Amino acid sequence: MGLVNGSNNDEYVRLLGAWPSPFVLRTRIALNLKRIAYEYLEEEDTLNSESVLNYNPVHKQIPILIHGNKPIRESLNIVMYVDETWLSGPPILPSDPFDRAVARFWDVYIDEHCFTSINGVAVAKDEEERKAAIAKLEQCMALLEETFQECSKGRGFFGGDNIGFIDIGFGSMLGPLKVLEKFTGVKFIHPENTPNLFDWADRFYAHEAVKPVMPDIEKLVEFAKLKFNTSIFK
Amino acid sequence: MAESRSEEVKLLGMWVSPFSRRIEIALTLKGVPYEFSEQDITNKSSLLLQLNPVHKMIPVLVHNGKPISESLVILEYIDDTWPNNPILPQDPYDRAMARFWAKFVDQQIYVAAMKMVGKIGEERDAAVEATRDLLKLLEKELVGKDFLGGTSLGFVDIVATLVAFWLMRTDEIIGVKIVPVEMFPEIHRWVKNLLQNDVVKNCIPPEDEHLKYIKARMDSLKIKSV
Repeated sequence: MGLVNGSNNDEYVRLLGAWPSPFVLRTRIALNLKRIAYEYLEEEDTLNSESVLNYNPVHKQIPILIHGNKPIRESLNIVMYVDETWLSGPPILPSDPFDRAVARFWDVYIDEHCFTSINGVAVAKDEEERKAAIAKLEQCMALLEETFQECSKGRGFFGGDNIGFIDIGFGSMLGPLKVLEKFTGVKFIHPENTPNLFDWADRFYAHEAVKPVMPDIEKLVEFAKLKFNTSIFK
Repeated sequence: MAESRSEEVKLLGMWVSPFSRRIEIALTLKGVPYEFSEQDITNKSSLLLQLNPVHKMIPVLVHNGKPISESLVILEYIDDTWPNNPILPQDPYDRAMARFWAKFVDQQIYVAAMKMVGKIGEERDAAVEATRDLLKLLEKELVGKDFLGGTSLGFVDIVATLVAFWLMRTDEIIGVKIVPVEMFPEIHRWVKNLLQNDVVKNCIPPEDEHLKYIKARMDSLKIKSV
């Protein structure tokens, strides 16, 4: 593919983030996977920050990866940058071009549909809006259940034997999903409806690159109560 | 590895879609022969529904029977599969920047520009202002460069043809010059550079037909032009 490892990998790595953000989580998992030493800087005033749960790339402040003096923004861009810069260590994107395209496609879907629906449930102004967002989210889960079967090819992760681009993209959403489950009473990942995702979630949480950085669910629940004014969080 | 790369390449697209045309530019730049299949999204073919069941949208690239959707994903696939005349830069940081700008065009500029359509008066003016604010960032990026990709045409240029040959062709319809040359000299210079490239010139919709199409669509949707 001609990717040249041109960057000086010994340059200092800093990550600016916020602990509740699933987008920040993605970048931490990627750095952990490649065993990259980095300085983590927690953004101040996370509660009032617009950027924590804002997918909009122009206004988003975090995560920002600073490698040497180069800033890289947007969680998926950062994950790809990490993958392309540190070539020793497990690959995050698959090597086959078609499999890569599949992985990229699903991460786009996860951001534009799943995350949007998660947010939709959280900020819904009335019951009707909320129901619609919940239905959409359930659709997303059904699709991803199918996708898991296709991509994992019988192994434990979307990426096969190890976590990959889709695992990181979707796994970072498990925290927000669990928070929503708690408040809506709807089980988005369910042993009967989505058995593969159900088992995968446990494996994902237990992964050595994930476990140390996955936010505590109770803390996320408390954060959601403070962050979102809508009735379901009271 | 290079054996059957060019077998069976089919593109499901639309002659007026910027997302479809960018794929044609990429394939043509790399010398990849392909079969084009014009789709009618108001009456979706069973082929389209089968190949893109999730979004039911064009473009869809089919290579050796395997479908790929989402134009930015397709562009990266093309670059991965046919490495000659690379579209994305080699350096990981430059690649990250290219991906950022491509998304900026599609998710910021495009979305803002769509908000101008069908509006009149103050609402329209506000939408134009918002679009211009975003275009100013593109303007800055072009200072001292022939193309957004640097000295030659690259990923962001291909994606940003949306601005050059779609956004900048809707002036008459909107009733306002969205991208005046006094305000955006670099963008105008860049468009001239794009038109010097034969592949781009031949892969964009011919201007007259394109403008006729846009007008007809506006009329059929009963959208006012002021």
